[in-house]
Amino acid sequence: MAKEKSDLVYGTLDMLILKALQHEPRHGLGIADRIQQMSKDILRVEQGSLYPALYRLEAQGWIKAAWGVSENNRKARYYELTSAGRKQLAAEKDHWLRITRGINLVLSGI
Amino acid sequence: MPQVRAWFCRLFGFFRKNRREAEMAEEMQQHLDLLIERNVAAGMPAGDARYAALRQFGGVEQIKETAREQRMWRWADEFVQDVRFGGRMLWRTRSFSILAILCLTLGIGTNAAVLSWIEGILIRPYPLVAHQDRMFALNATTRGVTGFTGLSYPEFLDYERNSILFESFIIDRIMGTTLSVGDRAERASGGIVSANYFDALGVRPFLGRGFRPEEGTGRNAHPVTVISYRTWKDRYAADPNIIGRNQILNGVEHTIIGVAPEKFHGTFIGYSFSFWVPTSMQETFDTTGYKLEDRGARWIEGYAFLKPGVTRKQAEAELSASAQRLEKDYPETNRGHSLSLLPLWKTPFNQAANMSSTLGITMAVVFFVLLIACANVSNLLLARSLLRRHEMTMRLALGAGRRRLIKQLLTEGLLLSLIAAAGGIAVAYWCRNALVLAFPSPAAGIAIDLPGQIDWRVLAVSIAICVGATMLFALVPAIQASHIDLSGALKSEGAGVVSGSSRSHLRSGLVLVQVSLSFVLLAGTGLLLQSLQRMQNTSPGFSTNVIVSGADLFSAGYNLERAKAFATQLLDRVRKIPGVESATLARLMPFSYGTFSEAPLEIDGYKPAPDEQLNSSYIEVAEDYFKTLGIPIVAGREFRRTDDENAPPVAIINETLAAKYWPGKDAVGQRLKVKDKWLQIVGVAKNVNYEKKLELPRSFFYVPLRQNFFASNNLLIRTQESPGAIRAALAHEVRALDPTLAPTAPFRVQEQVDRKGYTQRLAATLIAIFGAMALFLAAIGLYAVMSYSVSQRTREFGLRMALGAGAADLLRLVLSRGLLLTAGGIVIGVVAALIFTRLMTNLLFQVSPRDPVAFGAAIVVLGTVAFVACVLPAWRATRIDPVRALRV
Repeated sequence: MAKEKSDLVYGTLDMLILKALQHEPRHGLGIADRIQQMSKDILRVEQGSLYPALYRLEAQGWIKAAWGVSENNRKARYYELTSAGRKQLAAEKDHWLRITRGINLVLSGI
Repeated sequence: MPQVRAWFCRLFGFFRKNRREAEMAEEMQQHLDLLIERNVAAGMPAGDARYAALRQFGGVEQIKETAREQRMWRWADEFVQDVRFGGRMLWRTRSFSILAILCLTLGIGTNAAVLSWIEGILIRPYPLVAHQDRMFALNATTRGVTGFTGLSYPEFLDYERNSILFESFIIDRIMGTTLSVGDRAERASGGIVSANYFDALGVRPFLGRGFRPEEGTGRNAHPVTVISYRTWKDRYAADPNIIGRNQILNGVEHTIIGVAPEKFHGTFIGYSFSFWVPTSMQETFDTTGYKLEDRGARWIEGYAFLKPGVTRKQAEAELSASAQRLEKDYPETNRGHSLSLLPLWKTPFNQAANMSSTLGITMAVVFFVLLIACANVSNLLLARSLLRRHEMTMRLALGAGRRRLIKQLLTEGLLLSLIAAAGGIAVAYWCRNALVLAFPSPAAGIAIDLPGQIDWRVLAVSIAICVGATMLFALVPAIQASHIDLSGALKSEGAGVVSGSSRSHLRSGLVLVQVSLSFVLLAGTGLLLQSLQRMQNTSPGFSTNVIVSGADLFSAGYNLERAKAFATQLLDRVRKIPGVESATLARLMPFSYGTFSEAPLEIDGYKPAPDEQLNSSYIEVAEDYFKTLGIPIVAGREFRRTDDENAPPVAIINETLAAKYWPGKDAVGQRLKVKDKWLQIVGVAKNVNYEKKLELPRSFFYVPLRQNFFASNNLLIRTQESPGAIRAALAHEVRALDPTLAPTAPFRVQEQVDRKGYTQRLAATLIAIFGAMALFLAAIGLYAVMSYSVSQRTREFGLRMALGAGAADLLRLVLSRGLLLTAGGIVIGVVAALIFTRLMTNLLFQVSPRDPVAFGAAIVVLGTVAFVACVLPAWRATRIDPVRALRV
């Protein structure tokens, strides 16, 4: 696989990670896969920015990490949303929807 | 900013680096492995799969670095944010910050400075001596006799020989001589020390050597001396070739073998020594004879060093076993004698005991000031916390976490106390010198050697107390915040008319503490100042205007006959000096540091009770003594020139002695027996103070010097001339009799009286300084509380005014609360002071520790200051514009 340019809008990675963790804990690669899958391959997470983002979110107390075992019996670090993280996700989602609605309105105007 | 970050990375990484790093590496490795597996599953060859995975993932190390930064950065970011915000808050409320920092700074600084002295003077008094923690004073006591009685030389050697728990024993007996270098004569204190003295103390002479073991023994066999650095500098002009030079000490040529290091002043709290000689030279420096072989002659003062790990108790057990053995072996000299150990600050044979009471009180006072400062800052913080309640509520409502709030408040508190701590260190260093300037000058001869450095432990404790108090009270807003009902608080805040009183209790409590502590300090200051004044105004019973001088004939090697002839001629010559009204000789000047002779008495016609021990101090004086000193003779006559060795022995007694043994009768003509000699009483003199002003009436008598001659005497001169004016004439007369002699520099007895009262004056000065500081701090505290409560009640006052209250009503309202608090504080303070001032009885002179004047004055001063502190905010309350107050 060739390295692609990030398709992510600047500053949205944190929100996407939180969203990817909404229903179940995942490990790093799982999060990247989930985002790609949910966006129907439109969005690809650059691996290089994934981990810094994860650590940032962890330091902010929005996600927490624990060692677990992956689907193919490997040891992996699983991330899970905290309740603060859930609130943060909701807030960011609201914010995002408002912004995009605004942008859409602007773009669809004559 | 990058430096801050780097710093934090290092600090933070210090604790958790290893675990975190390992976890991070492992996690990324797992990620890579999964990618490789996936590529293999997709049909890539193993090598390619790994390569592809690495490319996909990106530079592992760069990612790690960015990840690290993310984690640390947030922490640092928040911290920097907090510090900036805290700084802004402190800046915005400048007057608050300055007051708080000032209070803390003064508290920390003075506390550290004073505690350092105390530590330096009492706990580790000898700067260059190693292992002072294992150094103890030898406390030799005798059954039935109170106080220290000393050791004899043979006894000392026995103890030394019989001990296994001790590292060393040293002798250090203070003595004085007249040190004449060139044509300058000066009284100097020295020490007769055991030969191991410098070695045991671990003090290496700065030039030359210390004593060798053999120099300690052999009657007058080793005339060698080690001189102090100051003597070397001042008297020998820092001569680099001093070693080997000879110096006459008490008429004997001594070879200077060493110069002590600069900071070594001997091992005697309160004096600084000029020279040391070995024990073998004891006889040369002791007017009472050779004592090295006399088991009954107890003259030794000294110290012992314990071996490492030995407790004082164990060591004392060993000493008391030795003492019992000695008691059995030498019953006639050793019955009832025992030896124990005392810590250095309780040393029974130097000024330690005098100093410790003064310093103890100073310590208590300074601690009070620290408490007041803490209470003050707490009060200021509490006042501010109420002001910030709205801010805290707002922050919570906007989603700030409680932890985040606490962190921010702690940062603010830390910022405040760190600035104050820095200031405190500066003040401590400055104080150490500045307070010395404020001291009454100690005059020549008593050197109180104040330690030069601030003890860091003391500083740490003071800072810890202040930082602790600050942080504790800095947290109050956060604690409050956790109880806030958000919607309710936001609504009611700023709309309430009468403020709640929940925290006002705490604040009132703090003010009470401040006022009562200040009261204790003020009352104590009042007592000390009053007693100081009484002491200065009370006559000791003789004229302190008399001038003291003398030529030290003993040190110059005169025998008794020569000395007697010299003294007679000198008196005749001095009496002829123009302006001299009268002159006399006395073995000791009044208020001398020397000790009076003391002897058992037998009284003609008085039967002592079975266990009554009759004895009394006395002094040897020449004719005209009473005339010169202006001591009234109440019956009989004064000594005459004819009361000499050819005349019948006579004595003059004081009123106390007369009243004790001849109550209601005329004592003149009666007899008393001293040292197997019957003395006829020829006069009764009025009681005076003999050694110090704080002295109870005691029995005392005088004998003619010519019948009990000593070679070293003080010349006392009654004249209206100044000591400086008389000096040349005096030197001329002395030289005319013996060109090799120089008189000691003349000075007034008043100087000596002042020297003796130095401890009291020192204590009074210190306490006055700290009392004023406490008063100032308490005033700030009261003012802060009152002005805060006024600002809180602006709306209430506005409403009251709108409803018709006049300025006078508001003034009364505010003042009454402030004055009520003050009154409460004073009541508590009076009770505390009654307990506390009793501890300073021994510093007081003719003043009761419950003296109503001192207490009254403290009440008035504190009341006035409190009134002023309250009036200002109260006046501000009357200026409130009701319209504006209600609209806000």
